[in-house]
Amino acid sequence: MDKPAGPPIVVDRLSKRFGSFSALDGVSFDIGRGEIMGFLGPNGAGKSTLIRILCGLLRPSSGRAIVAGIDIADDPEGVRQRIGYMSQKFSLYGDLSVVENLRFFGGIYGVPSRLLDERIRRVVEMADLQGRETALVSTLAGGWKQRLALGCAILHRPAVLFLDEPTSGVDPGSRRRFWNLIHDLSDDGVSVLVSTHYMDEAEYCMRIALIAAGRLIALGTPHDLKQQSIGGELLELECDNLGAALDLVAHVPGVKDAAVFGNALHLLVDKVDPTAAAVRARLAEHGLPSARTRQIAPSMEDMFVHLVRASRTATAGAAP
Amino acid sequence: MRVRRIIAIARKEVLQVVRDPRSLMIALLLPLMQMFMLGYGVNLDVSHIPLCTVDQEGNQQSTDLLKRFSASRYFDVRAVATTLAEVTRQLDAGGCQLAVVVPRGFSRHLADEGAATVQVLVDGTDSNTATIAAGYAGAVIAGYSNQVQLDAIHRRGGQIQTLTPVSVQSRVWFNEDLESSYFIIPGVVALVMAIVGAQLTSLTIAREWERGTMEVLVSTPVTPLELMLGKLFPYFAIGLFDAAMCLALAVGWFHVPFRGTLLTLLATTSLFLMVVLCIGYYVSVSIRSQVGASQVALILTMLPTTLLSGFSFPIEQMPRFVQGVTYLVSARYYVTILKAVFLKGSSVVELAVPVACLALYAAVLVTLAARSFRKTLD
Repeated sequence: MDKPAGPPIVVDRLSKRFGSFSALDGVSFDIGRGEIMGFLGPNGAGKSTLIRILCGLLRPSSGRAIVAGIDIADDPEGVRQRIGYMSQKFSLYGDLSVVENLRFFGGIYGVPSRLLDERIRRVVEMADLQGRETALVSTLAGGWKQRLALGCAILHRPAVLFLDEPTSGVDPGSRRRFWNLIHDLSDDGVSVLVSTHYMDEAEYCMRIALIAAGRLIALGTPHDLKQQSIGGELLELECDNLGAALDLVAHVPGVKDAAVFGNALHLLVDKVDPTAAAVRARLAEHGLPSARTRQIAPSMEDMFVHLVRASRTATAGAAP
Repeated sequence: MRVRRIIAIARKEVLQVVRDPRSLMIALLLPLMQMFMLGYGVNLDVSHIPLCTVDQEGNQQSTDLLKRFSASRYFDVRAVATTLAEVTRQLDAGGCQLAVVVPRGFSRHLADEGAATVQVLVDGTDSNTATIAAGYAGAVIAGYSNQVQLDAIHRRGGQIQTLTPVSVQSRVWFNEDLESSYFIIPGVVALVMAIVGAQLTSLTIAREWERGTMEVLVSTPVTPLELMLGKLFPYFAIGLFDAAMCLALAVGWFHVPFRGTLLTLLATTSLFLMVVLCIGYYVSVSIRSQVGASQVALILTMLPTTLLSGFSFPIEQMPRFVQGVTYLVSARYYVTILKAVFLKGSSVVELAVPVACLALYAAVLVTLAARSFRKTLD
């Protein structure tokens, strides 16, 4: 695989419209060699559309993209030779065996015959598929299928890997195993672009891009995003009547935002120190005396909810 | 174009066909079933016509006349009626298609006036068969009439002078026995090839869309042409195998004489196969469901091939406008070629026009099929 001079992926003001619907709106970012970039966003935010454009399955309405050092508009087949793609829906041949699927994709990607057997052996080993080589794929459980799909996508040693919600419908143990494989690939220099709606999976990524309504609303490491983009400190509030409490605390000075998280409220405040006491006092005044507050580190979900809400109120583009 | 990719696709396709009972049935069982059903079902020969006789005279002469009917292989005497009402019932019920009535006084008229009449009633529902049946009946009666005349001359001790100033000596070429199956069976082979060929490929792309495998396939570097070639090769091989099976049945089972060369047959069959495989492929690309594509492919091949290829309905007898339409039916050329190769032993040179038309047809459809598939999802 020839090494591109610049970053493996450069996306420059990419837009995609379906009729009057804008699925992607001026998205720009780049991904370095060996980087794992996570795309986080609600369903229909444009994650799959973005991945499909970068794989050459859809044509962008405007903007440019360079994948594996090649402009997707100039040489889509060249791009396809250098990428691996795992679609949201399982898309291997269920009526073929594990090895037959691998052999098929090896042939399609033109893996030299003398290397193919060795590559297949290593993929089978990596994906932990030993003993199942001749099993029909339709008989495999979800986690096995998914690791095989990854195996089929990397048989030709692509420089860039696109994974569209690869772990949906897979049990937690298999998900962890899958992410270990992704990190191994990243160590070998493969750039990985992965979309997910599991917040915990976002923590495994080196950088996260947040997408809502077709726009990129935040980009950064999980740590930075959580700290910076929230713009304050986070207070967890446990009390009896969450609904009533939500209305009450919203008007306490120093509270910038409040939302229900599970069986508690998360409050975004300027400073925990005076505001926590003010919040408890306000609740006690209105007959909710047993409220407990404590400062918490913002989770991925806090950040996500906050940023999506902020982007909805903002009219101008919120891309950093 | 990379041969590796074509081989990878062809290999995968073979594995899928072998493991899919529905595809296997289309590939192996369907042609056999159709050959037998159509080979026996489509028969234009008129013989064993169910006959009803009425002998109102009831003497030696009338019995002699009716014996000629029961001895003929064209007639089966199913009923011997005594009244005309009974004859009407037989014809109404469809038990008999033809009735011969020898009237009372038949022998007396013959002796006194030297002429008598016999009544023939025909069920004309199927006009073609009726015409032929009435003709056969006329011939049987004419044969008897000649015999009567000869006997009379004998009795008078006269010299028998058989003088026919102008005689017809007709010799039938190519289908000497005038067996309709000889020209229908090659047409049946064309029909079976058209149906099976298009059915085979109609599933191939639709299956990838239905099962979601297309999404990943289009993300790979495989080109539309490689995909098409990889997918057509296995079906081409299956198609040739089916063709060999059908042609062997035509010769070995239905005893159609084969006078041409196998090479001519192979070359022209390959051309026709390309046409029908590409029709199926094109339909499969356009209609992304297996059931839908298979239905459309069936209609596109079976209807024109049955009605407009000249396989059983002669094109020369069609209205001029419909004759024009038949030039658009690829099977028309293949049926013409097959009949000629089988019965006349024609070579490619003698068949230059239909072969060229078929080749042109194949070229157009291969181009269409190759351009139909786009590697994008929008």
